Amino acid sequence: MTLWEYVEDRWDLILFETAQHASMVAQCVLVAAVLGVLIGVATYRRPRLASLATASSGVLFTVPSLAMLGLLIPALGLGVAPSVTAIVLYALLPIIRNTVVGLQGVDQLVVDAARGIGMSRGRSLTRIELPLAWPVILTGIRVSTQLAMGIGAVAAYVSGPGLGEQIFSGLARLGGANAVNSTLTGTIGVAILALLFDGCFVLLGKLTAPEGPLSRRLTTGGVRG
Amino acid sequence: MADQSTTGVPIELRKVTKAFPGGGEPAVRELDLNIPAGEIVVLVGPSGCGKTTTMRMINRLIEPTSGDIVIDGRSSHDIDPDRLRRNIGYVIQQAGLFPHMTVAANIAQVPKMLGWDRARIAERVDELLTLVGLDAEAYRDTFPRRLSGGQQQRVGVARALAADPPVLLMDEPFGALDPISRERLQDELLGLQDDLAKTIVFVTHDIDEALKIGDHIAIMKAPGHIVQYATPAEILTNPADGYVEQFLGAGSSMRLLRLTKVGDIEVDQVPYASEDADAAAVLVEIERDGRGYALITDGMRRPLRWVSAEQLQGVEGPVGSAGDAITGTLGHRMTLQDALEALLNADNDVVPVVGRRRAYAGALSLSTVQNAIQAIKTRERERRLHRNHPGGSG
Repeated sequence: MTLWEYVEDRWDLILFETAQHASMVAQCVLVAAVLGVLIGVATYRRPRLASLATASSGVLFTVPSLAMLGLLIPALGLGVAPSVTAIVLYALLPIIRNTVVGLQGVDQLVVDAARGIGMSRGRSLTRIELPLAWPVILTGIRVSTQLAMGIGAVAAYVSGPGLGEQIFSGLARLGGANAVNSTLTGTIGVAILALLFDGCFVLLGKLTAPEGPLSRRLTTGGVRG
Repeated sequence: MADQSTTGVPIELRKVTKAFPGGGEPAVRELDLNIPAGEIVVLVGPSGCGKTTTMRMINRLIEPTSGDIVIDGRSSHDIDPDRLRRNIGYVIQQAGLFPHMTVAANIAQVPKMLGWDRARIAERVDELLTLVGLDAEAYRDTFPRRLSGGQQQRVGVARALAADPPVLLMDEPFGALDPISRERLQDELLGLQDDLAKTIVFVTHDIDEALKIGDHIAIMKAPGHIVQYATPAEILTNPADGYVEQFLGAGSSMRLLRLTKVGDIEVDQVPYASEDADAAAVLVEIERDGRGYALITDGMRRPLRWVSAEQLQGVEGPVGSAGDAITGTLGHRMTLQDALEALLNADNDVVPVVGRRRAYAGALSLSTVQNAIQAIKTRERERRLHRNHPGGSG
């Protein structure tokens, strides 16, 4: 059986697993993005706290994903729970780090102006600092997404959902019928998904750039009907 | 509301001290300063003298350690800092515009926070852009990055004026500009201030800028105290101590020339007459004056020719075209320095001064300028003596 025949034969299953994989990665990155930006916002003004946050997420980062998943089994069992937890933990680091770097990189003169014309801390953060740090934060989310794609595949080790199932079952039956086809399908599927997600980020980045169409709409629209 | 703008209010600093934690000497020490309503007061001094700290305490970007700041009779301590700042315009070096917002959105920030409706904000934005000399149509929707430094700072000023605050704080606003743009923006600020009469606190380390802009100047010295607080002319003619003298550097008299307008000094009153005046009558006038010449003007009193007594000898009836055409005039708003430059290059010793609508207002010669400078110095000296012995006999 050729690879193409294999894919045609199991089209429904592969499509389902791909959708599962995409959905898991998207949701995990979303959670990690919300958590990561919040942690970044909470710590960026205090250098010591900020380096503690990046250092501890950095330590997590050095744990091999297979080991991490294994370590999570006693606490969370098998299936979705350990997979999601591991992906979120890994996805946090680039987002926290980029949020801190992005916010600290905002021109102090601009922040001073925002405070000086009477913006509260919160307003300055949401209207000025976060929008200006956004390209850097978005890059962090993008890196996290690529990371989550790969770890999502490994998550099949703890019976997690997604395309990892194809890869692991293929590897387990190496030499048997369709073993290579299965592994290849899983691998190529993850690669295609990763490219699609990355494309979305490029588009999102262009739309939300500080001088991009969305920002133009938001800022000028506020002034002129 | 739009046509009636808010004018300045007085600000009073009372024994204001700022000590930063672990900073040793306080940055500002028991500083008293009275800033009159509608005046430009310049805080000037070398870096680290506490001038910026002093200014930032007025809008509470820095909280004073002790002392009180009273704005229009109210202690700033009793006002919520964010609300206080919305009523105090703030202009900083390089403008500090929000790079992700259009020019219009930058200017609109304070009115938005104050809850103005969209139509009113849009109208105000256009009005302000025109006020600071930018074409509203062309610049409203551009982003700050596309503007020159001078244009950015104009937008910065417009943003500070957006909600028509009575007070403006300006922290080295023109420091990063090239000399030509800086001069122009200084002139425009002075022009604006003629109409707006805001209370402006202006921080700079450039003494020439201070002398040009300020109604009063506070010369500061580290650690955070004022060495002299006086008008520019008084500082130039009567520096309080060696520190101020050193800070002024050489060339005080030249600076006095730059500071004084032609219209401020007593110019020569040369007799003048129109072309159809009777020559004999003009001759009588010239002889009574004793200078030996008169100025011939047109019907609108605009200077045309110099005419001497000899040239009028024997002329019957109206003066007509007798005399030599003038080679130039001086405006009454020119600085004495510019006037002096023009006098040195002029063909005649005496050059007519013109006022509104280029009408004759007097004449200026090198010796007149010299006498005027002497007079200013004497006047300042007398004022000083008078102040040192108030109500003294004699």
